[in-house]
Amino acid sequence: MLQYIIKRLFQGIPLLIILSLALFLLMMNLGDPIATMGGRTLTRPEDRERLMRQLGLDKPIAVQYLYWLIGNTWTKIDSDGDGIPDKNGTRLGILRGDFGTSLVTRKPVTEMIGERIPNTLILMVASEIVTIVFALVLGIYSALRQYSTLDNILTALLFIGYSMPVFFISLMSMYIFAVLFKKWGWPYLPTVGMFDPQVGKTSAQVLWHMVLPVISLSVIYFAAYSRYIRSTMLEVLSQDYIRTAKSKGLPRRQVVYVHALKNAALPIVTVIGLDLPFLLGGAVVTERIFAWPGMGRLFLDHLSRADISVVMGILMLVATAVVIFQIITDIIYAWLDPRIRYN
Amino acid sequence: MAESLLQVTDLRTRFQTPEGTVHAVNGISFHINEGETVAVVGESGCGKSVSMMSLLRLIPTPPGEIYSGTAIYRDDDLLKKSEEEMEDVRGREISMIFQDPMTSLNPVLTVSRQLTESLREHLGLTQEQAEKRAVELLEQVGIPDPARRLGDYPHQFSGGMRQRVMIAMALSCTPSLLIADEPTTALDVTIQAQIVELVLRLRESLHMAIIWITHDLGVVAGMADRVIVMYAGYIVEEANVEDLYDSPSHPYTLALLAALPRVDRRRDQRLKSIPGAPPNLLVAPVGCPFVPRCEFVIEKCRRENPPLIQVGKNHSSACWVDVKTGAPR
Amino acid sequence: MTTASSLPVPQLADDLSTPSLTLWQLGWLRFRRHKMALFGGVVLILLFIFSFGGAFIYTEKYANFNDTSQRLLSPSAEHPFGTDSIGRDILARTIYGGQISLFIGFVAVLIETVLGILVGALAGFYGGAVDAILMRITEALLNIPTIFLLLVMAKFFGGKIPDIHIGERAFSGSVVVIVVIIGATSWMYLARIVRAEFLSWKEREFILAARATGTSNLEIIFYHILPNTFAPIIVSSTLSVANAILSESYISFLGLGVQEPTATWGNMLDKSAKYLDTSPWLWFFPGMLILLTTLGINFLGDGLRDALDPRSRTV
Repeated sequence: MLQYIIKRLFQGIPLLIILSLALFLLMMNLGDPIATMGGRTLTRPEDRERLMRQLGLDKPIAVQYLYWLIGNTWTKIDSDGDGIPDKNGTRLGILRGDFGTSLVTRKPVTEMIGERIPNTLILMVASEIVTIVFALVLGIYSALRQYSTLDNILTALLFIGYSMPVFFISLMSMYIFAVLFKKWGWPYLPTVGMFDPQVGKTSAQVLWHMVLPVISLSVIYFAAYSRYIRSTMLEVLSQDYIRTAKSKGLPRRQVVYVHALKNAALPIVTVIGLDLPFLLGGAVVTERIFAWPGMGRLFLDHLSRADISVVMGILMLVATAVVIFQIITDIIYAWLDPRIRYN
Repeated sequence: MAESLLQVTDLRTRFQTPEGTVHAVNGISFHINEGETVAVVGESGCGKSVSMMSLLRLIPTPPGEIYSGTAIYRDDDLLKKSEEEMEDVRGREISMIFQDPMTSLNPVLTVSRQLTESLREHLGLTQEQAEKRAVELLEQVGIPDPARRLGDYPHQFSGGMRQRVMIAMALSCTPSLLIADEPTTALDVTIQAQIVELVLRLRESLHMAIIWITHDLGVVAGMADRVIVMYAGYIVEEANVEDLYDSPSHPYTLALLAALPRVDRRRDQRLKSIPGAPPNLLVAPVGCPFVPRCEFVIEKCRRENPPLIQVGKNHSSACWVDVKTGAPR
Repeated sequence: MTTASSLPVPQLADDLSTPSLTLWQLGWLRFRRHKMALFGGVVLILLFIFSFGGAFIYTEKYANFNDTSQRLLSPSAEHPFGTDSIGRDILARTIYGGQISLFIGFVAVLIETVLGILVGALAGFYGGAVDAILMRITEALLNIPTIFLLLVMAKFFGGKIPDIHIGERAFSGSVVVIVVIIGATSWMYLARIVRAEFLSWKEREFILAARATGTSNLEIIFYHILPNTFAPIIVSSTLSVANAILSESYISFLGLGVQEPTATWGNMLDKSAKYLDTSPWLWFFPGMLILLTTLGINFLGDGLRDALDPRSRTV
């Protein structure tokens, strides 16, 4: 088992390298940092050249990649832009946790991301929990009640659910639970931000503000997962070993929740685990609509201002998260499936 | 005289499929006495598995339907019991083992778990007691080093071993009737012999009745007291085992016996197969279902489906023709 | 053995005569049985008629005609879907928006299908180093949530293409950009499917035979193996159209997609959030249209998947 874990970790490394290369190349072509940083003050070519040398943009790509990766504290850079390297650089490189500074706010990227990550994580974790719980309940229920009218209705509703674009759900839920409820004098849900600035950032406030965004994020996923869980359960329930379990006279509950579910859990865990980081994509749209101060919104705001460091930092983070989750999911699967674990 | 354990009368099972209704079991009646071994023989699709699974109500009932008959087990009709009552019968009074030990054991649960759960469910043993008993059971079925293997998973056993584990599971609560659905078909010939021998040994010590479903007439000779031959969802012959081999009365039985490869035949003689194919169960037959493949067909065969007719002591055959003479009965 | 038979004889499984149908005929029959898929197909046809036929009723000029004195009117006889924040008729805009959205959906999938088949076929057929490199690239791209990639590329390539004029109509150059980037970021799923298919078909004997008679690799790939892989490709591509339309709507919604005045269902929703309280028709109609399109495609794709599965021959 340990061998397997180590093997998987090693396999992840080349992937990360390729990713970083790809992202880096993307970054280099993305826009003009000179223009962004200097604004309108830099019109003279000498000024541009000076800034380029200061930012190290005159160096060959391979060298720039190296600096990006491991920093330049070990070499001399041209800090005043006169063409002569004078003192050691201050960048640590991403491998040492330095993602550079924002071209817009001049703050370190890691700091900016660090501020926003917890907010996004709260949303994602909550959405994931809601998704899994509902998907399990609905999926198992409709698998057990196959052919019933309720199952058919549920299937149809879920089908519609996962065909909906995220923002449609957001807008619709906003309209119903915020606007209409308010019009009818009922207690209504807030639609902006994480908490009401007048009340302060209490847990109650945050929870209350989370409801609509979490609904938006989870509906599509639990609609899709319910279908998947339903079909997985149906497949498992048709297996021979379920017939054996029934023939032993075990109570139905045990047959379904122990014999069947334990087997169905394997592919379900895989799907959910691999999908988790992609929830971040949905977060981008949701955070924009609900003005939630998370990483997704950070990404959008800084992308529109061509702030490459922040954009790249987030991209790298997301890609790494995906790779790590893949590895974790594989490991969990190997651990859960005795055919792999005991070999 | 042995006591009657199970009395089945006019059992009929059908399946509703998009293509139509499949008549899988078409009114079979038989009995099993305590401690006796009855072999049920027939080709694939003749209804032998479906009929036995109907007894235990293991047929999935949206497409399936047991629409007629009674199955009296010790004064109770199995077909009328509720699902909870059936759960008490299954595993405890009547057990079943299946054909493919690879797929019939749950791959993610330990052998220990799969053995102890029936013990705890039916006999109310504690986990400790159940585990002790499980070790004994594994030993009885011939698994070496049982205490250590208790914690293993099914994939860590070989095919033959897995079938032994299945047998251990089925016998754990000492049922009075064991239904074995082609338990050796998926195994090597040498392992087959071992499994058969194991079951015979256990049968002695447990005084258990066995319904042994197979398509292999060779196995039957060595272990059954009586034989039931099925075709197209009907019972076509029923006899004590010696009578069946000595004087088979139904053309189908004759054909089955003739198809057995024999050591004493000449090597250049072709193997005799039965011409034609099993009937399409979507269509309810008019007349005897064996007509297209039968050597002894007469007019009456096409018009009327023969019921079981007594042809000897404890021997009946569903045929209008006496196969020894070729004349109608 | 007597053979006289004037009486009905029980059917033998052999005797049942099933007409021998080609895979395609079988597929169509089963597809027809799958009513949901039919429903999906009908919905899509209606949407097409709406978007392209509607152009005969409302001109594009009308769709872009804005009169701020008419802004934010709720649905009425004159403006069945209401008007937007600068007074444009929403029904007309959804008609023209539909044309663009649907166009983007289909063309992007075309690009994606071509790319996916190329990569998948080459990787699956040649194996070895080719496969390893292509698959590493595919995996790397799969590891970045598409929306991030799309947004970044939309931002970068955004203003680069000038407006296009065809006949009387003017299209924002961003349409081309969006089509290309959606196509360029979604081919990976198809590539994996095609690769898997090629890996399995490559070993078949008729391929060995083709090679033995000297057929060139290119011919083997395109004439012998590829036609056998059409079924999963069709299913995947159909479902991808829904994804492409959704992707376009996401980026347009976030302001980085197709630019005004060219309308798409996605960018119509962009401004709608501001007026949520007062004017729900701003987001409801474009949103519903996207939903209906996606639903229709999903139904259709599901039906196709069932119908084209060569494994079950029952009709």
